[in-house]
Amino acid sequence: MALKQYHNEMYLADGKVRPHYEPFAQWLSETPPERIAQDRHAADLLFHRVGITFAVYGEASGTERLIPFDIVPHVIPAERWDVLARGLKQRVTALNRFLHDVYHDREILAAGKVPEDQVLGNSQYRPEMVGIDVPGGVYAHIAGVDLVKNADGEYYVLEDNLRTPSGVSYMLENRKMMMRLFPELFATQHIRPVDHYPDLLLETLREVAPRDVESPVIVLLTPGHFNSAYFEHAFLAQQMGIELVEGQDLFVQDDTVFMRTTQGPQRVDVVYRRIDDDFLDPLAFRPDSMLGVPGLLSAFRAGRVALANAIGTGVADDKSLYPYVPEMIRFYLGEEPILKNVPTYQLRDPKDLAYTLAHLPELVVKETQGSGGYGMLVGPTASKDEIENYRRRIVDAPERFIAQPTLSLSLVPTFCGDALSPRHIDLRPYVLSGNEVRFVPGGLTRVALREGSLVVNSSQGGGVKDTWVVD
Amino acid sequence: MLSRVASNLYWMSRYVERAENTARVLDVTWRMSLLVKEPRLQDQEWFAPLNITGTLFPFSGRHSLVCAKEVLHFMALDPENPCSIYSCAKQARENARAVRGALTSEMWEVVNSTWLEMQQMDEARMNARGVSAFFDWVKERSHLFRGVTFGTMRRDDAYHFTRLGTHIERADSTARILDVKYHILLPSVKDVGRAVDYYQWSAVLRSVSAFEAYRKVYRDAITPIKLAELLILRDDLPRSLAFCMRQVSETLEIVQNDRSAETLRQAGQILSQLRYGRIADIFASGLHEYLTDYLDAMQELGTHIQGSFFSPTLPR
Repeated sequence: MALKQYHNEMYLADGKVRPHYEPFAQWLSETPPERIAQDRHAADLLFHRVGITFAVYGEASGTERLIPFDIVPHVIPAERWDVLARGLKQRVTALNRFLHDVYHDREILAAGKVPEDQVLGNSQYRPEMVGIDVPGGVYAHIAGVDLVKNADGEYYVLEDNLRTPSGVSYMLENRKMMMRLFPELFATQHIRPVDHYPDLLLETLREVAPRDVESPVIVLLTPGHFNSAYFEHAFLAQQMGIELVEGQDLFVQDDTVFMRTTQGPQRVDVVYRRIDDDFLDPLAFRPDSMLGVPGLLSAFRAGRVALANAIGTGVADDKSLYPYVPEMIRFYLGEEPILKNVPTYQLRDPKDLAYTLAHLPELVVKETQGSGGYGMLVGPTASKDEIENYRRRIVDAPERFIAQPTLSLSLVPTFCGDALSPRHIDLRPYVLSGNEVRFVPGGLTRVALREGSLVVNSSQGGGVKDTWVVD
Repeated sequence: MLSRVASNLYWMSRYVERAENTARVLDVTWRMSLLVKEPRLQDQEWFAPLNITGTLFPFSGRHSLVCAKEVLHFMALDPENPCSIYSCAKQARENARAVRGALTSEMWEVVNSTWLEMQQMDEARMNARGVSAFFDWVKERSHLFRGVTFGTMRRDDAYHFTRLGTHIERADSTARILDVKYHILLPSVKDVGRAVDYYQWSAVLRSVSAFEAYRKVYRDAITPIKLAELLILRDDLPRSLAFCMRQVSETLEIVQNDRSAETLRQAGQILSQLRYGRIADIFASGLHEYLTDYLDAMQELGTHIQGSFFSPTLPR
């Protein structure tokens, strides 16, 4: 595949450096390769020492791996970011309105803008949430919206992660690492800071406390240290100065949530939970869950505790409802969508199914409820066998899949060995919704380290980069 | 603070302290083994570390010979031995990892990088750098851990439970080290009070970093009774039983709750026996017997601490 069909973030088609990359390119050309090699090694050691690791499922238990960090940043000009930021705010606001709507009056369904059966029949739809008022009407307090830049230079939303999006700790640690290793880069240009993210998150969580108290008790609920994102849970709890709790640390009595402390039970107001709905409350959802808190749903429904994110947000980030998000924006906000959607084929639709089956080698096919890059088919890089196997899975249950044209994810030069080579990236900004919508500029840039690969997930051999929004 | 977190912090620092004390016991044994003695007594001191830590039984299950090489490996590096320095470093790190949010980043880095380095260690490397150098390294990591704890941690419950673990473990281990002489057969009766005996007692003193303290306090030759007095009853020596128990008792006062009265009473009882005890009485009834009773009481106190603070609070 010729590289020229991709958008390169750093270089123009004629090989000249784009203006917003110039200070970095200048620095790169002036810095001795030995120093860069040395600092890249230093970064690895530091990440190991700080323990920024993630567990990989399917490997020997307790396997911890370092997420590869690349020192070439993903640079975004401020004026470009400001448009993105407005688009993100618009999109997440509409998604929150949608969630409130489907659990209350269902106006958008009545108006025929979103097919009713796709919402009410969705496995992520939670009947338990019908008629429940959540503080401020906010359901998805933390959203991670995955963006890619196509060959046309335009950003597209790949998916909205509204359940328990992860990765923000890498965004923060990547910046810390870059400032530690290359302070001179930050002295010569204005790179917008990101390290106040934990403050914004804490503010957001405070705002949704159902009880009117001076300082509500907020906890971060983790599945525990075997979870792949445990490092991040601990990191965020520490940065916000809140307790990191496991299910066994909490109990519910009289619809009130308490945590077990050395001084006896203490009431909890807000639970920032990093556990999926299914495992949250064994009394309400999966009875075999050892991770959850019995009675939590009941306390939540009684309005005695806030959950961030709320239960049932999965219905809005489900891939089968993704095609309707632009319609949601028009319906609730009366605005035209600022961010583009990727054209999507719904395989429940016989016409789309027929087209997809005829064009599998060109398309990306995903499970509507998959995440983490597990179980997807990337047509152009898949083998014949993989495609045929996948075809059988689709035919068995077409409604579980969507297909999209293979996007030409943009490229950023990346160190592979000691040489720079272009690699595909995506961008996940984190959008916080409380009384207002907040975010830090940029987000987490993920990079597919294998040549030609379009899969950026860390579980699939992806790495990360610092993301700079420069004025 | 969360009961689970308190428990992890307590065990984290117990394991760090245990690794250090195991290194101390092995170091002192190593030094004693270098003393010239009759061939028939060769290696007899290597029973001591096994007896002290109560691991003679699991050891003999897998080894037929008690000798320096085997015991050193078993106590320092053997992943199968839950009391080995290796296992302690691992346990400390596992406990720390479970409660990273409650640690300062410096504390985590110390515990984590100790474990990372420990994994690189094998018999060849340990011998190459010298056995004593390895023990020094273990002690230094433990010193560093305590220093970082002291220097970076807010004086909240997390700090208190961390310190509680350190002092409970040390109160236990000094008593075991003091008992080491009981487990080592004296070379022969005629050696009592002679050079070999002197070296053995001074090795015990050095193993708890109390050699200089002894000289300063007594300005006298080393005698078992004075040494025992120093390590049991002096409350200004940081590794003595009295000192450790005072710390334990004071910490328990700070973290007490409405279920901890019996725990505090037990700690107070052990402390007052140390505070008002007389060394002559202790020797009259037998040092080994005294230490055995003391260790039993410590065991029970540990169980009560578990029950008062770490067991999940059941509603109503």
